[in-house]
Amino acid sequence: MDLNLSDEQRLLRESAERFVAESYDADHRRKMANDPSGFSPAVWEQFAELGWLALPIAEEFGGLGGSAVETGILMEAFGRGLVSEPYVATVVLGAGLIGRCGNAVQKQARLPKIADGSLKLAFAHSERTARFDLAKVATIANKTAHGWRLAGSKVAVLDGQAADEIIVSADIHDHQGPSGRIGLFLVPAQTRSLAMSDYHRLGGGRTCNIELSDVHLQEDALLGDDHDALPAIEWAVDRAMAALGAEAVGIMQTLLETTLEYTKIRKQFGRPLSANQVIRHRLADMAMQVDEARSMALRAALKADSAPVERARAASGAKAKIGKCARFVGEQSIQLHGGMGVTDELEVGAYFKRLVAFDTLFGGSAHHYGRHAQLGRTTVPA
Amino acid sequence: MDLSFNDEERAFQDEVRGFIAKNLTDEMKRATALTPSVFSDPDIGMAWQRALHAQGWGAPGWPVEHGGPDWTPAQRWIFETESARAGVPNVNVMGVKMVGPVIIGFGNDAQKNFYLPRILSGEDYWCQGYSEPGSGSDLSSLKTRAVRDGDDYIVNGTKIWTTHAHHANRMFALVRTGDGPRQQDGISFVLIDMKTPGITTRPILTIGGDHEVNQVFFDDVRVPVANRVGEEGKGWTYGKYLLEFERGSGIASAKLREGLKAIAELAESDLTGRAIGSPDIATRISEVEIDIDALEMTELRVLSALQTGQNPGAVSSILKLRNSEIRQAVTRLGVDVIGHDALAVEPMRPLYKLNHEPALPEEMLTVVPEYLNGRAYTIFGGTSEIQRDIIAKMMLGI
Repeated sequence: MDLNLSDEQRLLRESAERFVAESYDADHRRKMANDPSGFSPAVWEQFAELGWLALPIAEEFGGLGGSAVETGILMEAFGRGLVSEPYVATVVLGAGLIGRCGNAVQKQARLPKIADGSLKLAFAHSERTARFDLAKVATIANKTAHGWRLAGSKVAVLDGQAADEIIVSADIHDHQGPSGRIGLFLVPAQTRSLAMSDYHRLGGGRTCNIELSDVHLQEDALLGDDHDALPAIEWAVDRAMAALGAEAVGIMQTLLETTLEYTKIRKQFGRPLSANQVIRHRLADMAMQVDEARSMALRAALKADSAPVERARAASGAKAKIGKCARFVGEQSIQLHGGMGVTDELEVGAYFKRLVAFDTLFGGSAHHYGRHAQLGRTTVPA
Repeated sequence: MDLSFNDEERAFQDEVRGFIAKNLTDEMKRATALTPSVFSDPDIGMAWQRALHAQGWGAPGWPVEHGGPDWTPAQRWIFETESARAGVPNVNVMGVKMVGPVIIGFGNDAQKNFYLPRILSGEDYWCQGYSEPGSGSDLSSLKTRAVRDGDDYIVNGTKIWTTHAHHANRMFALVRTGDGPRQQDGISFVLIDMKTPGITTRPILTIGGDHEVNQVFFDDVRVPVANRVGEEGKGWTYGKYLLEFERGSGIASAKLREGLKAIAELAESDLTGRAIGSPDIATRISEVEIDIDALEMTELRVLSALQTGQNPGAVSSILKLRNSEIRQAVTRLGVDVIGHDALAVEPMRPLYKLNHEPALPEEMLTVVPEYLNGRAYTIFGGTSEIQRDIIAKMMLGI
């Protein structure tokens, strides 16, 4: 039992924090907020040089073989600077799914390229009518003589605009009709009959909706074999939630520090705001919730490779709890900044918006309290 | 980073489990489960303390030379967790965890030699004389006065919220021996024999129907000067040192988890008409369980820091605050889970020695009293408001 950072982990944290503090300042964030590409290729290249894109990829494919804990350390530092590069889409979800489901050829063709920065991915899974139910997929993949034909609509695809290739989930229909299995398909982003409409994501980065109207694919577009991919999807999304949870912790920490400084400087009625007990207690509550969120993000990361129910409960527990803490810390940061907190002139709002996006991604607190409860009711019939 | 235990730690876990299996009687277990106040009655609690002492585990936090077992933080974690899981008696901590560390830290040799073995063996039963009717959160405004008369102090005043004063043969108390520029000055830390003439104890019943706390009156009570711990007038320093122990024992999540488990079992039972069928109840159980998960991780993070000799800092206030709030959430949930049965009151005590058929099933007997008495968790040992002041000051510097 030991939750202290190892020397390597400490170095990772220091270098990530240094990078964010030095290269990812307010000017850069402001520039990126209006940039239609949503990320900076130069920064992505630096990520590759620093080894961060290789971090969770297996060593045999040019990666560093890191765990979800290392990803969390990196993500927390990203949160401090509101990094908008498509790290979760490409490295956590994309490389994660390929590493877990892909066959040797598929892995060899992609994982080293992700690690060196030359390939970016996105994961198109969510659908409007499914809301946050990962098992509900209406997009269809029809088996044909030469391969596959995909049709359907996907929403809220993280950083799809940046991707070279998109992993699309679809309900497999073979010659006997619906198989009840979900398959994952590698679709080149430039495929005709794949229409992408992308938009600014709340809090930075970009997100898109995708229409697939009769997309023809080769046989080997199917990731791995035609086993049901739902367990892998749940595994990958639980991992992404742990990573995003760590990012949210970094965001909250920055908001707490910024707000604390502001209450010390801002004077009303002849004294600093922080001289008021009601303000001090609010900040104490914020600090406590940041700490609870940090514990939950770490817990989800440590259990990212546990047995499915334990892992999923840890991930949903973290998502629910961190989401709740994030809303509180974010909303109170604005409240304590007063009218200025509501303006776009301070960065508080940008950090807050990223937290709102976090709480929404893959389902909000209410959804995940429910999932946690459902998974826990093993002795009670549903 | 690793959440799992190593071979040595697993072997220790087996040893603790073996000890508990051998020593924890069904009677102790039932009495503990049916005690809706903080501590077990002395007959139950001290029986457990004697068993622990016989094993050399009577005072986990003490240095080896005074009889401590020299456990690592991980071993203490395992011990506390296994104890909570098994439902061992809640031994009154006033001796081992509160006055013991003060005597070890600031007492003279005569005091150490006399008191420490009697704490370990359970021969002495301690209570705490801190709060007064006029001094709650503002503890250092206390007025109980000790006036020097030869080799004695003559003590006059009153103490309140004195847990188990009606059982205790000794009290450690903060008394005013002088007046300094600050109200914290002139306070001394004294050890008082509860049989000394002039001491009277008035029971205070809590809203749950339990007699756990008291008011104690001192009328010209003679306390030997030799019973003062440390220097005269420095008692506030010692008293604060003790409060950190009261707040920061730091391993509470296992007990919370057992409390929630009992409520979840009720929710899944026919006794409550399977309350868990309501999505609201099921979600709230999850909500509390997740809060316990977060607290447990924070405890483990603190423990890891302690293992490598780092100082965890003001986090003990966070642990105290969250522990008390979550405990209240568990008991609140309990009341909602038992539904109609929350209306039934069983006034007799102790609940494990009733000589009549109670108004509600045994599994439910403590639910409402625990909720009601549990309101005190965010009040004693420094209110939640005081803890927030400490967090703001120590962690945030405001």
